[in-house]
Amino acid sequence: MTRYLLRRLGQSALTLVMVSIVVFAGVRAMPGDTARALAGEETTPEALDAIRRQYGLDQNIAVQYARYVENAVSGDLGTSARTGLPVTDGIFDALPVTLELAFLSLLLAVVVGIGAGVIAAVRRGRPAEWIANTVALLGLSVPNFWLGILLILAFAIAVPVFAASGFVPFGDDPLENLRRMVLPVVVLGSGLAAVVMRQTRAAMLESLSADYVRTARAKGLLPHQVVGGHALRNSLVTVVTVLGLQLGHLISGAVVTEQIFVLPGFGKLMIDAVFTRDYAMVQGVVLFTATGYILVNLAVDLLYSVIDPRIRLGGAQ
Amino acid sequence: MSTDAVHSGTARGPAGPGGPEDIPGTAPGRRRPGLLRRLRRNRLAFTGAVIAALFVLAALAAPLISPYDPARADFGSALAPPGWSHWLGTDDLGRDQLSRVIHGARASMQVGVLAVALAFLAGVPLGLIAGYYERFADPLVSRITDTLLAFPFLVLAVGLAAVLGPSLLNATVAIGVSLVPQVIRVTRAETLRLKHLDYVGAAVASGGGDGVVLVRHILPNAASALLVQATVGVPTAIIGEALLSFLGLGVQPPDPSLGVMLSSAQPYIAAAPWTAVFPGLAIVVATLAFNLFGDGLRDVLDPRGATR
Repeated sequence: MTRYLLRRLGQSALTLVMVSIVVFAGVRAMPGDTARALAGEETTPEALDAIRRQYGLDQNIAVQYARYVENAVSGDLGTSARTGLPVTDGIFDALPVTLELAFLSLLLAVVVGIGAGVIAAVRRGRPAEWIANTVALLGLSVPNFWLGILLILAFAIAVPVFAASGFVPFGDDPLENLRRMVLPVVVLGSGLAAVVMRQTRAAMLESLSADYVRTARAKGLLPHQVVGGHALRNSLVTVVTVLGLQLGHLISGAVVTEQIFVLPGFGKLMIDAVFTRDYAMVQGVVLFTATGYILVNLAVDLLYSVIDPRIRLGGAQ
Repeated sequence: MSTDAVHSGTARGPAGPGGPEDIPGTAPGRRRPGLLRRLRRNRLAFTGAVIAALFVLAALAAPLISPYDPARADFGSALAPPGWSHWLGTDDLGRDQLSRVIHGARASMQVGVLAVALAFLAGVPLGLIAGYYERFADPLVSRITDTLLAFPFLVLAVGLAAVLGPSLLNATVAIGVSLVPQVIRVTRAETLRLKHLDYVGAAVASGGGDGVVLVRHILPNAASALLVQATVGVPTAIIGEALLSFLGLGVQPPDPSLGVMLSSAQPYIAAAPWTAVFPGLAIVVATLAFNLFGDGLRDVLDPRGATR
């Protein structure tokens, strides 16, 4: 276990280093002079030199990279050109919105996806499976931004039950917060629920035909004990893996969803930064997202070595 | 077993736009009709293939079949509902929606094909190398894959747009790069499976160099898995293009794209819902068709993945 843990940690650290190099190089690859971009419209050669010295742009690339990493590790991701505030402030203001959206969407995806997947597998060949499969296929094929527009059309304009835009912090008014989150969560969670459903169904079908399930049935366990305790438990590894792999989609989806429903989250921060040419913000957000992605993936890996001991043993050999 | 693998490897695009083509010196005809018949028996997959083919045809023939010039504004008939003169209605500038959907499909297909091609150009060699030189190259390629995966597709697209400016080309690159890890994974898995088969051993024993073995013996037999992967990649790319254009990071207005149409429809959805409904419907029909076709193709070509 320790060896597996160490190897996995080492891999993650290496990926982190590569990610930081890519982000760093990406900003260097930008057309034009960084110092000139930082200085703005009116500049003198002296001012440019001063900026180069201040940001270490006169030093060689390795020193610049080291400095960049050092700053990033100590929590300094630069200053936003748009607001004049530290990039980290912008990130931490936006983070709670996106985390709430992502958490509720994951919850929806897991509850609906696993539930529908189990039903589809247990009721194989009956209308319930057919309906679940069709809905899942639609969920995969309907782009979430279009679903968002349709839901606004239906539930915010035609029958105004939910709000189409805006965010109210949970702490200020929990009910209003949830009322405004319903549509975004459905938009972000439905595609994910479809993926989870398909994987759960496939894994359940495999488990249900396994010998140990027949044994469990033969020794007289009730159907719900067999399905819940044996088959589903063994299918969960696949589901956790899939959720880990879907993390990228969740992040991308959150960006779009926030854009449609005008939620002041991470995605909106990022898109706004691109259109206002706020390079420090883009760089900071990209680095932060990639790091978060690597860490969550590491956590998912460790989590399923806990769920399934075979993975742990396989890694230790 | 191994001859079966050889034959399936040459079965290229049985229901592609050009129909089955003869590849000299490869599979005898016995296998291909079987493939087609099996695909036709799967009604959903066949329907998907037909709709996907129609979509491709419409994209190719866009200027010929569009009833109007997609860029021509006609303020007199702005936001006209669907009717005889404009089957899908008009948008806020009075442009014909049907013509714009057809031209939008062209942009979708262009990105779909280019992004998948890009992903294959980068992913297939890396996957072959990682699978074949398991000990030396695999750890390195795995790190490259991990690094690519650490940039979610939209984050990557946003980063590229920030550095190079928003454009259709940059959107295509972002979509292509985001498809690379999956291509690497499939190619690597196929290579790992194939390299231990007897016929590869025979090729090595008869003096085939690594390059010859990889390109002439392993790659053709991985083709069916890769073909399935390509079919699955196209709908992903279509949605990706629409998404990036919707956010303003892809096709730039006034050029028609399904995503641009959806984005410019947003202010008018209450008064003219058709401006948002039809472009979205076109995306759904296209992705659904490619997904059904891909699923069916997987069942037929790649039995191991059939349960997925």
